[in-house]
This record gives sequence, C-alpha cells and structure tokens, in this order.
Amino acid sequence: MKKYALKRVLQLIPILFVITFLSFAMMRLAGSDVVEQKMLNTGSEVSEEVIEAARRELGLDQPFVKQYGIWLWKLLHGDMGTSYVSGLPVFDTFISKLPATILLTLTSIVLTILISIPLGILSAVKQNRFTDYLIRACSFLGNSMPNFFVALLLMYFFAIRLRIFPVISKGIELKSVFLPTLTLAIAMSAKYLRQVRAAILDELNKPYVIGARARGIPFHVIMFRSILKASLVTIITLLTLSIGSLLGGTAIIESIFMWDGVGKLAVDAINMRDYPMIQAYVMWMAIIYVVVNLLTDLSYRWLDPRIRLGGMENE
Amino acid sequence: MNESVNPSVRVQKVKKSRIKIKLFVFVTAAVLLLLSAVFAQQLCPFDPYEMDLSIANLKPGADHIMGTDQYGRDLFSRILMGGRTSIFSTLTLVAIISVSGTIVGVTCGFSGGFFDTFVMRISDICLAFPGLVFALAVAALLKGGVAGAVIALAVISWPKYARIARSQTLAQMNTAYIHAAKLSGSSSVQIILRHILPNTMGPVLVTAMLDIGTMMMELAGLSFLGLGAQPPTAEWGSMMSAGRSMLQIYPWQILCPGFAIFVTVIIFNLLGDTIRDFMDIDSNRS
Repeated sequence: MKKYALKRVLQLIPILFVITFLSFAMMRLAGSDVVEQKMLNTGSEVSEEVIEAARRELGLDQPFVKQYGIWLWKLLHGDMGTSYVSGLPVFDTFISKLPATILLTLTSIVLTILISIPLGILSAVKQNRFTDYLIRACSFLGNSMPNFFVALLLMYFFAIRLRIFPVISKGIELKSVFLPTLTLAIAMSAKYLRQVRAAILDELNKPYVIGARARGIPFHVIMFRSILKASLVTIITLLTLSIGSLLGGTAIIESIFMWDGVGKLAVDAINMRDYPMIQAYVMWMAIIYVVVNLLTDLSYRWLDPRIRLGGMENE
Repeated sequence: MNESVNPSVRVQKVKKSRIKIKLFVFVTAAVLLLLSAVFAQQLCPFDPYEMDLSIANLKPGADHIMGTDQYGRDLFSRILMGGRTSIFSTLTLVAIISVSGTIVGVTCGFSGGFFDTFVMRISDICLAFPGLVFALAVAALLKGGVAGAVIALAVISWPKYARIARSQTLAQMNTAYIHAAKLSGSSSVQIILRHILPNTMGPVLVTAMLDIGTMMMELAGLSFLGLGAQPPTAEWGSMMSAGRSMLQIYPWQILCPGFAIFVTVIIFNLLGDTIRDFMDIDSNRS
C-alpha cells in the first residue's frame, strides 16, 4: 500500500511538470501582446519606449526557454507575479478567493449527498415501480438542462418573482450561498442518482442478500449494514471526482450569481487577458485534478480489499 | 444492469420490439431537428439578423411568436438559426473526438509498449487541463468564434474515447480468433480494420450518441461566457448571455433559447439511451 502510494506520487511529478510547461507556452502563444494588453487595461496612451521598458521589466525580451525557467523558479517559491489588471500579487489574490469556492463546494456536496443517496436507494428498492420511474424521469430531465439555465431559472423564480433570495451575492453569507448551491446540487444529483441506483441494484441482486433475508435479517439492516457499505466505493469515487471539479470553481455558476470565488476570478481574468492570473488558475486546476485522481485510486484500495490484493493493472 | 436475472425469450422479444418503437420515434425526432437546422434559412419567418429598434423587446405575440430581443430581432428566427449553429457545431465536435479518439486508442492498444504509455500520459494531461482556459487560448489564436470552442473542447474530450477504444482493443488482443488471424498471416492493418475496429465501434458509437447532449451544453456554456460564438451570430448560449441582464423585465429572451437547448438535449439523450439499449451495451462497463 505504502509502496503503491509512493509510486503514484512519483508518477505525478512529470505530469505536473509538463502541465506547467504547457500552460506557460500556451499563454505565451495566446497572448496577442501582453504589454499592449496591460497598457490597454490601464487605459493610458503609451510610446514605443515605454512599451520596450515594460517588456524588459516583464522579461519578455529573453528567449522563450529562459523565460520559462525564470517563471518556474519563481513559481516554486510561491511567486506567481503580479496581476496585469490590479497590480496586486497573483498568489495572494488567488488565495483570498479560495474560501468562497471551498464553502460552495462543501455546501453543494452535502446537499448532493442528501438528495442523491436517499433517492438513489429508494429508486433501487422500488425498482420498476412508479416511484422509480418518477425519480429516474426527474434525474433525466435534470441531466438534460445546462447548469446556467438551471441557475437562471432559479434566479428568476426565487430571487426575482418570490424575492426570497438575493439576485447578487453580497459576500459570503447563508442567504447568498443557497441558490448557487441548489443549482450545483441539482445538476450533480441528477447525474449521481443513476449511479447510486445502479450500484445499489448491483448489490441487491447478489446471493448474500438472498441468504441474509432467508436467515430472517430485516431488510433495513441488510441495506444499511451491507449493501450501502459495499456500494460505498462507487459513491465515494463519484463524490471525490466532483469535489475536484467544484474546487476548480464552477466558472459559469459563480459568475452568474456573482459569487466571489476562483471560478469567477478565472472568467474575469480570461476576459481581461490577465495571463499571470490565468496561469495561477491553470496550476490550481492541474494540482486538484492530479491530487483527486490519486486520492480516488488510493481510497479504492483502502475500501476494497479485492483491488488491494488483486490485479494492479486493471485501469 | 441486472433488471432481471434470466428473462424468458418472450419477455426479451417484447422488450426488443418496444425498444424498436422507441428507437423509431426518437430517430424521427432527431431527424426533424436536423432538418430544421438544415432548412433554418427557409423556415425563418423573419430575417434573424435584421435589427429594428422600433420593435425591440416585444412580448411573445401573434406576429413574433417568441417576441423580439433588445435589437428588435425576431427571437423565433434567431432560435432556428441558433439551432443550426449549435447542432452542427456539436455534431462536428462529437465526430472529431470519437474518430480521433478511436484511432489513437486502437493504435495504442494494438502497439502497446512505450508508445502506449506515452500517449496515455498525454491523455492524462489533456484531461487535467481546464477546458475554459484552453478555450481562451484557442479562441485568442483563432480570433474567437465557434471553431475555437469546438477545438478547445475536442482537445480535452478525445481521451475518453481513446480509453474506451484502447480497453476494447486490449480485450480483443488475447482472444483466440485474433491469434488465429495472426497465425494465418493477416497483416496488422487487416486485423485492425477487419476485426478490432468493428468490435470497438459499438461502445464508441453509444458513448458518442450519449455525448451529443453533454457537448451541446458545454458549447452553449462557453458561448454563454463569451468564449464561443461571437455576436451577432445566432447561437443559443450567446443569446441567453445577451438576455441575461434583461431577466427581470423580459424573461422570455432567456427562457426561449434555454428551452430550445433543453428540448434538443432531451431528444438526443433519449436517442442515445435507446441506442444503448438497442445495442445492449452497458454504459457502466467502460
């Protein structure tokens, strides 16, 4: 187990390295002209000499590989440069936006669990009856709606028509977190309901369940002691994967509700062509993705002894 | 899924014929959608790009059945034209990723070794890259537009197909008939084309059909953020984005394109589900 974990962690290093290179290269390629953009953002009239000086200041007159080296060196020391737009350090700005995103991640994961697991179990137990069809139909419809449409619908009904919740969030508070949470939970529950149902059904049809029932063990005991425990692998995988994408900040939802997290930060940075900020976001996403993948793999092994002992090659 | 352990032949036949009916209905619906996209120009009651500020923000009524937008353009015509943009760009995207993913996956599975490991690592990296950032970079290189969004999504979506095709290929490689084909002197190309590809097509096709809805929503999402279709091009996502500030006063400017996406995605998802049932492929397998 330890050896395997170490091996996986070591494998991550080259991947992260390549990602840093790609993100750096891409931003340089995409950057129509960073200096012009920066000047444009400050809105001042500039001469050729000023542009040249700015280029030198940003190190843009150096060869490409050297620029990358300098950038990587600084990155390893937690220095991601300053924002082209605000002039503030990128690293600090980015960190300051994290709590909002983490809060939204937690609330929506909790709400998703509260919706999808009970309904998934209910749907599996009542397989092919009315309740099951109803739940599946709802999950199907939820799956077919773009999340920004769900967000706008919720906003229209709850914030504009009923005036229960604020249209735009005014900081991190309970009232503002509700609508974005609900939007994300609707989309995720619709997706996970099916998977929870399938996982539970898979277990329900196994011989040990019949055996346990024949011995007179009450159904709810089998459900919660055995079936749910066995289905946990699937459910946990799903949840960790979605925590990963949520921590990346759901850009669209955050910007619709003006939720001040990293997703909104990324969209704003993209619209302003604020490259250092975008790079910080890319690195954050890459790290999350890689770490989440690792944790999922390790939790598999921890939860399911068959994988721990058996084939290592089954990817 | 284990619906029932051993259904009788009769039950199976009844089920199959029901699926055939469903398949017919959804294929018809999808074809109608495609036709409306192909003939959007002819079906439009008004010019979707003609601005007339004297009739801006009209409510849905007899003349303009879905009302008009803030420039006085007929919303219904714009939705028809937008469908053309959305549907064709989605189909192009899905075609690109499923074909390229399959080629890469089969090649990897067949050749194995260093090449395989290398390409699979690349696919890991592509998966790790946030689509949004890619969309920006590509959009900036291509000066925006739907093509940028399609390429950006293609780059991050092909690995899924590569993985499916690769695992299918690996499963084939050790079967007796492939060994027999090798023994009797078939070349690699022959084996891939005659034996491996046909057996890989099923899961890939089903995944592709089920992906149409998702991809359509992703593309609309990028356009909604202003990274896909650029105004004045009619596209559902960008139309919703344009109507966003008017949500309070003119909600139909958002609701109409929103429901257009919703209905289209439902139809393609139902079609995908039915095709999966028809081909009897378990989507959870891969």
